[in-house]
Amino acid sequence: MSYTALSVIAVAATVAVDLAVLRTRLLLRRIYWVAYAIVLVFQLLVNGVLTGRRVVRYDPRTIIGWRIAYAPIEDLFFGFALVTLTLSMWVWLGRRAVR
Amino acid sequence: MHLIYVAVLVGCLLVTLPLEIVLRVRVYARWRRWLAAVLPVAICFVCWDLYAISRHQWWYDGRQILGWRLAGRLPIEELLFFLVVPTCAILGFEAVRAVTGWRAGDER
Repeated sequence: MSYTALSVIAVAATVAVDLAVLRTRLLLRRIYWVAYAIVLVFQLLVNGVLTGRRVVRYDPRTIIGWRIAYAPIEDLFFGFALVTLTLSMWVWLGRRAVR
Repeated sequence: MHLIYVAVLVGCLLVTLPLEIVLRVRVYARWRRWLAAVLPVAICFVCWDLYAISRHQWWYDGRQILGWRLAGRLPIEELLFFLVVPTCAILGFEAVRAVTGWRAGDER
């Protein structure tokens, strides 16, 4: 499966986990979106270095070709899933009083 | 040159470290919760990475990484990426909570 397809599936799965599986509903909270906006700035910076310097390179056949700060748009979806799933887990564990 | 990728990761940790020390967000201090949040997600993304590497969807410049490869030719930096970046995200999230007082749904 292409990176494009997998990254779209990852976003959908992330939304499902937050809203329906763990029911943390971070996507409906202001604190999440402000934190995500801050993380996104740094993500674009880090991703820009890694892709701009060509530390990581992509097969053009597996991406759609749209780029933001050197990084393929798919990396944005990948990062959204990585960060949001982690925050959802973090808050879910907090609810269960894991310390 | 071989240190580029790992330097980026160390930079991420250094930039966010004041959140733990100065803002006292207590992410590292709650290490069980931290590991329980980060590890399952990291495992999923390592699997994704291994799939992409095996299908040649992406690859790494051997001159800009340490060259320590794990199973499936996964660069050690990639494993660290999936630990460092989510950790920074949690630190940022807790920093927003510390500064604003906004609720996240896990308050006791």
